[in-house]
Amino acid sequence: MRSLMRRRSGVDPAPSIWTYRVQRLWLTPFFRRLLRVGLPAFALAFGTLWYFTDEDNVTALVEGVQEIRREIENRPEFRVNLMAIEGASPVVTDEVRGAMGLDLPQSSFDIDLDMLRERLVALPAIADADLRIQSGGILSVTITERVPALIWQTREGTVLIDAEGHFVAGLEDRVPERPLPMVGGAGADMVVDEALALFAVAEPLGDRLRGLVRVGLRRWDVVLDSGLRIQLPETGARAALDRVLALDDVQEILSRDVMRIDLRNPRRPTVQLSPDAMTALRQLRDGEPNPQPLSGDQRG
Amino acid sequence: MNLLYQSQRAMRAKRQEAMRRGVLAVLDIGSHKMSCLVLRFDETDPGAASEGVGAMAGQAGFRVIGANTTRSRGVRFGEIDTVQETERAIRTTVQAAQKMAQVRVDHVIVSFAGARPRSYGLDGEITLTTGTVHDADVARVLAACDIPDLGQGREVLHAQPVNFSLDHRTGMGDPRGHVGNRLSVDMHLLTIEAAAIETLLYCVKRCDLELAGLASAPYVAGISSLVEDEQELGAACIDMGGGTTSLSIFMKKHMIFADTVRMGGDHVTSDISQGLQIPMCDAERIKTRFGGVIATGMDDREIIELASDTGDWNHDRRTVSRAELIGVMRPRVEEILEEVRARLDAAGFDHLPSQRIVLTGGSSQIPGLDGLASRILGNQVRLGRPLRVQGLPQSTCGPAFSSAVGLALFAAYPQDEWWDFETPADRYPARSLKRAVKWFRDNW
Repeated sequence: MRSLMRRRSGVDPAPSIWTYRVQRLWLTPFFRRLLRVGLPAFALAFGTLWYFTDEDNVTALVEGVQEIRREIENRPEFRVNLMAIEGASPVVTDEVRGAMGLDLPQSSFDIDLDMLRERLVALPAIADADLRIQSGGILSVTITERVPALIWQTREGTVLIDAEGHFVAGLEDRVPERPLPMVGGAGADMVVDEALALFAVAEPLGDRLRGLVRVGLRRWDVVLDSGLRIQLPETGARAALDRVLALDDVQEILSRDVMRIDLRNPRRPTVQLSPDAMTALRQLRDGEPNPQPLSGDQRG
Repeated sequence: MNLLYQSQRAMRAKRQEAMRRGVLAVLDIGSHKMSCLVLRFDETDPGAASEGVGAMAGQAGFRVIGANTTRSRGVRFGEIDTVQETERAIRTTVQAAQKMAQVRVDHVIVSFAGARPRSYGLDGEITLTTGTVHDADVARVLAACDIPDLGQGREVLHAQPVNFSLDHRTGMGDPRGHVGNRLSVDMHLLTIEAAAIETLLYCVKRCDLELAGLASAPYVAGISSLVEDEQELGAACIDMGGGTTSLSIFMKKHMIFADTVRMGGDHVTSDISQGLQIPMCDAERIKTRFGGVIATGMDDREIIELASDTGDWNHDRRTVSRAELIGVMRPRVEEILEEVRARLDAAGFDHLPSQRIVLTGGSSQIPGLDGLASRILGNQVRLGRPLRVQGLPQSTCGPAFSSAVGLALFAAYPQDEWWDFETPADRYPARSLKRAVKWFRDNW
């Protein structure tokens, strides 16, 4: 009986010369590194370059990336649904909404908070604005409004200005909550603090005070409701007004028939009487009536 | 002699280059098996690498990172018989060892037992010009040795200075720095057939390897299996291989004699094959499994089946007792040992102070061999195993691998050879300018 096991006869266990050489080549460290690192790196670089030489591939890739970015941005986690405006009066709130011009809901990535803030601060009624996106998709806008301090009458119209002289609103657009003192004349908004100080001094005048008028960009006139003008000097205006008020206390000068009190030269206060008063004064002084009114210099 | 210098120095340069690279293979070409070890040299001491009397490449620590053994093909009596077959066997073992080491090997050191080694003891004597012995004096005294007629087609394999004597003092290992008048040297010269070297070179070259050294198998087997005091006091190492039994005598840590008996384990196998009429592979299996040289009464009762499948029932069902097997093996082993005895006697081994004999090699694993050998060779016989080296697999630790391990040790700790010393100045060729140019071209 022949053996059931097949003898492996005729097969040479020795490697052929080429097997041997290939294995030796494969065991060469440089060749190994070249094949394991260099070849994949080259293939990768070549493939990438080849891919990017085609313009369509590049645009497709860029669009794909942008699509992914858009999908992430449009996720509900990043969506802004509400805008909460704090610290603004209803009129200003409407102004703010109009100025921001956001159509919510919108992705928080699309909202440029700095740009919006600049746009809000540019509004006249707003002193400062603080925008932040809070969790839950709320755009929180905290607004510091300008508080109108004065009514400023100019040739163009009557407007409200705040304590720093900034324009707040036109008087027709916005009715102030409390009665505000009034100023007039060009350049009055430059020196609001002076005006406010003068108003504080003129407190005792009460309702008789109509307002202040800036004259020649350098000094103030106080105008009373009787048409009396108190012309204050450039410097020491408050002291001059105090002096007038003291005179009023003692001699009730403001209640008299006076057209103008000129304090521009503090050492020489001058009073201009009304024509009737002037006539009466002449009559008193001369003892006879003088029917002709005084012409020329009306100063006494 | 200049040609010898050049070829040996070229091999030495290759060996040093391999050491620098850190990977070197050693290949033991035997008649029965071929084994390859891949060595990794981790640290080389640059200070010891200087040329001169000192160790050639420094005391280098090495580690075996790849080992493989394969059946030898095309080798008979320790010399290459069929070039293509041997080349295939070398490829097989080198490839497997490389695969285990995971590194490519370019340089290989080869040992083989055959090619009829012949030992010569030479001596040379010079008068020192200056009182002190210098490197140049050592080279001069080596050159002063009168080379006997080596015969047609023979090549020097080893030429090692064994002993230096200065005036009346002898037994010097290193005479440099000593003061004296007459310096003489004893040198051991081992020659083999040049054709064997050329065939081997061709084989190695066909395997894309570079030959970085050549060593005689008995010499390297002695290095690995003799312990240090045996090498110092004097001992013989008998490497019983498959096709040859080679012997080397060591004294003062130098080999002073080497020879080869062209009989080995394969002859025992062929005796069994012929005597019991079984195939060689079965004979080999029975020899390794049941073989022995001293029969006892127990062996009569141990029956070995000689199974085969020829179809002849009587032929296929034969049995043989172990005593009969021993009866076939013993005469051949005795013959080998007798021949070894004759060679040792011829070498004057019985005049040596120490009569230690170490049996190693694959055939020394026959049970009872030490008892038989002590009857023939003398009392002080022991079985030797190679030195343990780092990283050697368990399967290659046996006595069959003593020459492979010895070759690794030889690569790591080479002994001074003649060509490790500078050529004396008076032997330089006249056109030294040409030599200088050549030196520049070789080194840069």
